[in-house]
Amino acid sequence: MPISTQRPLPPEIKAIQDDLEAKAAEYGLDFFETIFEMVDYEEMSMLAAYGGFPLRYPHWRFGAQYDELMKSYSYGLSKIYEMVINTDPCYAYLLTANELLDQKLVIAHVYGHCDFFKNNAWFSQTNRRMLDQMANHAARINRYVDRFGYERVEEFIDACLSVEDLIDPHSMFIKRPGENGRVDQPTGNESTSDGGTRFPSKGYMDSFINPPDVLAAEKESQRQDAEQKEKSRSFPEHPQRDVLQFILQNGALNDWQHDILSIIRDEAYYFAPQGMTKIMNEGWASYWHTTIMTQHALTDAEIVSYADHHSGTVATQPNRLNPYKLGLELLRDIEERWDKGQFGSEWDNCDDLHKKATWDRQLGLGREKIFEVRRIHNDTTFIDTFLTPEFCAKHKMFSFAYNDSSEYYEIASREFAQIKQQLLHSLTNHGRPFIYVIDGNYRNRGELFLEHQYAGSPLKLDYARDTLINLEKLWRRPVHIATVIDETPSVISWDGRSHEIQPRRKAS
Amino acid sequence: MSRSIDRDQKRFNEIVRGRVRKNLRKYVTHGEMIGRKGRELVSIPVPNIDIPHFQHGQKGSGGVAQGDGEVGQPIGKGQDEADGQGQAGNEPGKHIREVEITLDELADMLSAELELPNIEPKGKDTVKSRKDRYSSIRQTGPDSLRHFKRTFKRALKRQISTGSYNPSDPRVIIQRDDERFRSWKTIEEPQANAAIIYMMDVSGSMTDEQKEIVRIESFWIDTWLKKQYDGVERRYIIHDAVAREVDEETFYRTRESGGTRISSAYRGAAKIIERDFPPSDWNIYCFHFSDGDNWGEDSETCLDILRSGLLPISNLFCYGQVESPYGSGDFIRDLNRIQDEHENLILSEIENKDAIYDSIKDFLGTGR
Repeated sequence: MPISTQRPLPPEIKAIQDDLEAKAAEYGLDFFETIFEMVDYEEMSMLAAYGGFPLRYPHWRFGAQYDELMKSYSYGLSKIYEMVINTDPCYAYLLTANELLDQKLVIAHVYGHCDFFKNNAWFSQTNRRMLDQMANHAARINRYVDRFGYERVEEFIDACLSVEDLIDPHSMFIKRPGENGRVDQPTGNESTSDGGTRFPSKGYMDSFINPPDVLAAEKESQRQDAEQKEKSRSFPEHPQRDVLQFILQNGALNDWQHDILSIIRDEAYYFAPQGMTKIMNEGWASYWHTTIMTQHALTDAEIVSYADHHSGTVATQPNRLNPYKLGLELLRDIEERWDKGQFGSEWDNCDDLHKKATWDRQLGLGREKIFEVRRIHNDTTFIDTFLTPEFCAKHKMFSFAYNDSSEYYEIASREFAQIKQQLLHSLTNHGRPFIYVIDGNYRNRGELFLEHQYAGSPLKLDYARDTLINLEKLWRRPVHIATVIDETPSVISWDGRSHEIQPRRKAS
Repeated sequence: MSRSIDRDQKRFNEIVRGRVRKNLRKYVTHGEMIGRKGRELVSIPVPNIDIPHFQHGQKGSGGVAQGDGEVGQPIGKGQDEADGQGQAGNEPGKHIREVEITLDELADMLSAELELPNIEPKGKDTVKSRKDRYSSIRQTGPDSLRHFKRTFKRALKRQISTGSYNPSDPRVIIQRDDERFRSWKTIEEPQANAAIIYMMDVSGSMTDEQKEIVRIESFWIDTWLKKQYDGVERRYIIHDAVAREVDEETFYRTRESGGTRISSAYRGAAKIIERDFPPSDWNIYCFHFSDGDNWGEDSETCLDILRSGLLPISNLFCYGQVESPYGSGDFIRDLNRIQDEHENLILSEIENKDAIYDSIKDFLGTGR
């Protein structure tokens, strides 16, 4: 396996790992075998740029990411302490330069992630052999580079990456025929029904009850009908969120392009659950590093620097949500509420503030509850289910919005309902717009028509225009997207040469 | 061992440099870099290096955070968002990535774009450095340096002369003796120094905008010449009816009025050269910026000083006439009369900021 640095952990780190692993298991964490490697900062940045994997296909954006990480590190702006990949076994990377205390903290943190990867439902469909898969993808794309040249392949990858987020992360859990796993090349029409209306009959009467010439004529007219319908048909029948799949199945890509797009799609699906569970995953890992460190692993001498480093991890900033902090606090809140029995209809219906403040049924269900939460929720459902007005007030949460006239982001509200709505809004689909394929045969000319499900936030127009340019490289026919611009339903089009924005006409 | 991330990073750098080069004219005219030193990194916004996605604009955007503060309190500035809401258009998007690049590198790009020739300095014969260049051929060497074409030609020649070449079966067999290899030569580079004398008319007609043009242009001239020479010294002269030697700061700050006598500056320049920069050891560059309004009969005096004093000892004498709303701008016509006789006299009219780029080419495009 190319991933291994082949460097055994230093004995003192190995001892810490064994100790913390045993402790984590004692607490009920359940993880795949976890292999730790020590890397220096350059290697760490490289791994981070590659999404944790030692081997990826060639592309400049990894270089850009690496460049940024190395620079912000050298300016002292940021530092990556650890990195874990969701595979079986799990691989985790520790920074050589970390102090021993940091290594402890990080190792405890890593076991939280590993447990989360293994048990959270949203990861249940991910490929746990992704290391091999990534290497395989790299090999395939390298082969295309050899055959078609770097620039050509790179340009195509750029176009694919531009739409890589147009997938449907929920589709991994829906079993529809022909939709699982790799998307195959479009195949011919499969409707091979007999056609004609055949009445039941005894064999010797058949030619009278079902005269062959009538049947044939009927069949022919049905075939013509179907052909007519097929010609003017718009598809898909229902709006389809997985735009990449739609292109793979219905587009006119070459074999190599088809393969590259399906690679980009596979990788997007692999990374999707991590985006959907960022708050929970970091919160869960932070919960466990805190618990294990404070109750078990810290020596007296380490307390102060531990507190310092931990608070650095969960520090808040005025214009950014810290997922570590929010996740950790919310899990703790849930634990406390379930320990004290602060849930259920009786609790919900209680209006007595004093009674609520001192409410303690001593149920002790907290730990059990948070294990359940980590199994079934993603960030959206986590916030939707467990964020409370009391929590928002206690943690001084607020929503903010962009003020057009001052050109500043401003605190918009401290009302629970607003905060929750805003938070859910920014978490849903990573705060990205919902885009669906409406028609793959728009105007009966094989043009691709997408629709942005408008919910009050307009698209960034320059990006939208450039994304259409890239989309057209994949679809190879004019592309359109319906959205709302300045309150007016509009369609942005790109025909391969120029953009056009027109008010949207309702289909007649 | 080469790592794959190096390949990706290199590719990213190529893309960045390509985009910078495409927008170079804009960066050159941009005043922001001035006052920086050669190897310093400058951060410049490069458009369209990000991969575009469908995403929300700023309008209607927001989030959730934690902390103190009243409703309505600003918590952070938005990004400039010039995306032409509501209009159709063909213009490409403007997603921006800030990248860092050294001034040296920008100067290199500038010279590549303007096709500036490298200057061949005159100067001391003292050897400063030795460099190895692969510019010669040997009969032995490693396979990686084998010069295929020469080897092949040698073999062909030998076969023809020995009669073993058969045109109907054109096989060339290379023997040990035919092989030729690339090899290096050690090149000794002499040290060379340059002196730059900047002169500027600070009469009332030179407004701040004109001075900004001079400042930007001088900055790139400096940056470029620094790349060409081991040591660069600079002197500044301002003049109206009389000339004064000043420091750089004062050069760009001073604003005076009164008459204009250009010859005073030229005399001053000659004096400085005589005092500090013996022409036998120094490559001398003179740059004079003015709006071209001179005191009637003074222009003849200027021509005299140029012909007899400054032009014979200077690598270049550059006159930039910055267009001003006042004044006749006659001086450039006077200089024009003697330009044919003097190759090292360069004249350039600088209409506005946009003209800086081409003016730099006028001045430095001669390779002197």
